[in-house]
Amino acid sequence: MKPAVLVDLNRIGGLDEVGETEAGLAIGALVRHRRVERDPLVARACPLLAEAAAQIGHVAVRNRGTFGGSLAHADPAAELPAAMAALDGEVELRSGRGSRRLRVEEFFRGPFETAVEEGELVVAVHLPRAPDRTGQVWLEVNEKHGHFALVGVAISLTLAEDGTCSEARLAYAGVGPVPWIAAEAVSLLAGKGHGAFQQAAVAAAGGCEPPSDAHGSSSYRRRLVRVLTERALTEAAGRVA
Amino acid sequence: MSVVRLEVNGTPFEREVEPRRTLADFLRDDLGLTGTHLGCEHGVCGSCTVLLDGVSVRSCLLYAVQAAGANVMTVEALAPAEGPLHPLQEAFKRCHGLQCGFCTPGFLITAYELLSERRGATGDEIRRTLSGNLCRCTGYQGIVEAIEFADELWER
Repeated sequence: MKPAVLVDLNRIGGLDEVGETEAGLAIGALVRHRRVERDPLVARACPLLAEAAAQIGHVAVRNRGTFGGSLAHADPAAELPAAMAALDGEVELRSGRGSRRLRVEEFFRGPFETAVEEGELVVAVHLPRAPDRTGQVWLEVNEKHGHFALVGVAISLTLAEDGTCSEARLAYAGVGPVPWIAAEAVSLLAGKGHGAFQQAAVAAAGGCEPPSDAHGSSSYRRRLVRVLTERALTEAAGRVA
Repeated sequence: MSVVRLEVNGTPFEREVEPRRTLADFLRDDLGLTGTHLGCEHGVCGSCTVLLDGVSVRSCLLYAVQAAGANVMTVEALAPAEGPLHPLQEAFKRCHGLQCGFCTPGFLITAYELLSERRGATGDEIRRTLSGNLCRCTGYQGIVEAIEFADELWER
């Protein structure tokens, strides 16, 4: 690729802010990963996002890498797309024609492919605040800190007073062309307690079709999905206040 | 060509640069600050790490024009040419934190950012912070020990 013109977005004002909204949180496209990792607003409203951001690359990479950049790049093993899927976030796009918001399922089309059209720019993401009695976790396995996840799992788990699951969202990085949502595991968890965690993890592992590459085979990734899902569900339940 | 004004190690500079000149090439070839080293030139090895407005960046992944108006700090700023070594450099020397020295500027700047923020970083935190810098000589153990030692040595 040999672009005729290269545009640096960094000097566009107003795209580097983290703000609270009525529904939750708005994060500008130019907000750096390092800020997401450390911002108290993020930690309060969407704790799994802060955990996921801390796993992106190395400090010098997180100091420059942006939220919007990571989404628009759409690497299937990247942290933020899967975290966005678990948080049921929306991506805001703007162009000369106006602006629109897309859910994660609509935004990611394939590896390194999104619904962004010519002349459009990712300007922000919008995330709902975690409901009460919610535990959120990001877990991943990689070859070394800073490398892409072999498998990453994002879980947002809401428990009723009696300890049964009233809402769950499970999303994965590294197991498919776009962030994968474990729908069957979610339905197995509905209305159940800890006893269903293992069954949900097995369902998640059985439901995905992870790729094989030099870093790990499909069956190894599938095994990681099972182990990480059960571990993350247990951790998320433990975090419910 | 674009005109870039920026501050490097406390000195203001104004230079004409080709827009695609990397910050690393600008520092080394235009300003003669060859302490910043280029290993992989695609953001993997960490040798070219400098501070941009106080935070670590890969100077091979930035264009010089993107640093316009910024304060850049390179390894040359750690100690005066004729003066004593910076405590971090002293610790690297004492703990065998380097052998050939090629990667050392990147390690020093990465460690400088970590230790400037706070004292008492654990061995795990240091290792995690260093995960973006590659060294082919030391096996890293001496580097981790040097940073732990510098944490005690450095009055800050």
